Amino acid sequence: MIESLPSIIIGGILMGSIYALIAMGLSLQYGVARVINLAHGEFIMIGAILTWMLYTSFGVNPLLSVAIVGPFLLVIGFILHRTLFTSLRTKAPSQGAFEGSSLLIAFGFIFILQNIAILIWGGNVKAYSYLNFPVRFLGTTFAANRLVAFALVIAIGVAFFFFLTRTRLGKAIRAAAQDPATAGLMGVNINRVLPLCFGLGAFLAGLAGVLLSMSRAISATMGLSYTIIALIVVALGGLGSIPGSFIGGFILGIIGSIVSFWQPALSMIVFYGIFLILLLVRPTGILGKK
Amino acid sequence: MDITVFKSKKLVVVGLVLLILIWLATSPLYASSSNIRLLSTILMYIILAVSWAMFSGPTGYMSLAPAAFFGVGIYTAAFLYARGSPLLPLPAVIVAACAISFVIALLVGLVTLRLKGIYFAIFSFGLIVLLGLIVQYWENQIIGRRGQHVVAESTETVFYVMLAILVATLLVAYFLRRSRWGMAMLSIGGNEEAAAHMGVNTTMVKVFTFAISATFMGAVGAIMATRWIYVDPSTAFNPMYSFMPVLMAVFGGMGQLYGPVLGAAVFAYLERMLRHEFPAYYMIVFGVILIIVVLFLPGGLVGLIPKLRDRLRGVIAKLRKGGQAEQHANT
Repeated sequence: MIESLPSIIIGGILMGSIYALIAMGLSLQYGVARVINLAHGEFIMIGAILTWMLYTSFGVNPLLSVAIVGPFLLVIGFILHRTLFTSLRTKAPSQGAFEGSSLLIAFGFIFILQNIAILIWGGNVKAYSYLNFPVRFLGTTFAANRLVAFALVIAIGVAFFFFLTRTRLGKAIRAAAQDPATAGLMGVNINRVLPLCFGLGAFLAGLAGVLLSMSRAISATMGLSYTIIALIVVALGGLGSIPGSFIGGFILGIIGSIVSFWQPALSMIVFYGIFLILLLVRPTGILGKK
Repeated sequence: MDITVFKSKKLVVVGLVLLILIWLATSPLYASSSNIRLLSTILMYIILAVSWAMFSGPTGYMSLAPAAFFGVGIYTAAFLYARGSPLLPLPAVIVAACAISFVIALLVGLVTLRLKGIYFAIFSFGLIVLLGLIVQYWENQIIGRRGQHVVAESTETVFYVMLAILVATLLVAYFLRRSRWGMAMLSIGGNEEAAAHMGVNTTMVKVFTFAISATFMGAVGAIMATRWIYVDPSTAFNPMYSFMPVLMAVFGGMGQLYGPVLGAAVFAYLERMLRHEFPAYYMIVFGVILIIVVLFLPGGLVGLIPKLRDRLRGVIAKLRKGGQAEQHANT
């Protein structure tokens, strides 16, 4: 255990970075657009399977498909929110009613997206090999694709952090997160900013799917477990905080890698245990504001 | 005169319900056993949908836990009614499933029902998966055998037990709606803080209704286990048994007691027709209907009825007016 501790911790951090990316997306969708998107994992799945298809059928480099899959899901997310959730939001009598209805709609997405994927690509497990050579890193060995994924996630996280804190659009998003109605009165075009946030969430999910497909086996039914992980990380790190997502992602990644080293069958139980306890003790997370 | 109309209307409803029950109770005498199995499935979904709506309808707390209690019922049967060595007779097994679901729901309710809105929904969803994973861990690591065998009951027995549970569920749901307790639940759904200030013990009302609704879910699980014969964690704790009742109740509408009944009957039938031959298409249709209902039919099918009636009345009134106007024109 002691000798392998560094490799367990580093493995956990590498995995945790992807968890952070997933959680950032969910955090944007729930924190700003107010949609608790339980179909988040299905967007990850679509990103992963598209990457797999582009690579195995057309020979497109997975790192290049980031530029194809991401914008594609951004547009889909934007349209979905603009057509379904915007009318729901304006009709809903209260915030709670909107959240409940949007949860049901998200369930609808799960069924639709997952089964469309099964119809098109089948339900079997898929994998491909890319950048799969070992690299010595801090005294331990990892596949190159995991290190590349880690570097990309950090870059995306930093870019998003500056996008939200330094640009006018980022400011509008943060205003909408605090209070959509007031932000609307201050001249923020809410009907454009909220769909954009939902789209950005789908965009981040797509990127996570691309990165996951490089190092893990994927399938049409992989979505739900990643949705749960995203919920746990958001519960850990707090809603709407990018540093929080990273802290939560790393914590969960390290815990997951320690538990699965010691007792693999228990790792999901431990995840859920942590999640349920966190929900009870501190529903707003470590860095949450509310 | 209004009173007599009301009374006769009530009599008609009671008579209709009795007729349906008699038809159901005698159906094993002439219907084929595959139809009895279909009827049992429909009854199962009705019980799940009605008991879900019992708690979540008036209070507005969206519980995704039905599958968890359903699974608890299934595994109660797997323990107490195992093939080869049943520990208890069937009625006692069902009662035990009720009691265990009730107690678990009571505990879960006490801890979680202070979570607001969306967090409660997520927690109750997590509960299904957590219980499933724990049972799976126990099977794989401790007893080293995946899945359990349950004593097989005849199609008729399953059907009659299901019918008995349904009658109990409907009676409880009916009296809950009409009682002070039901009013208290509605007030919690309206504004929980205000309800508490008016003297409603909100925690007790929520926790007990949650536990009562879980009781029926557990009972259904126990009897379904004797039909499935072999159960494992992924069939017992399948989130579909949460989604389906929710969709059925929302589709039928929760404004009336018969809303969830209607929704469950329609969907259980659809499931039987489509699920085995076109599973992927069935699930896609399921998702699309769910979205359409949430967007355009907030009151469900039941909510549609008064709207249609009003529209019909409007049309009739217009026709009459038109007729009168014509008469005026003629004279």
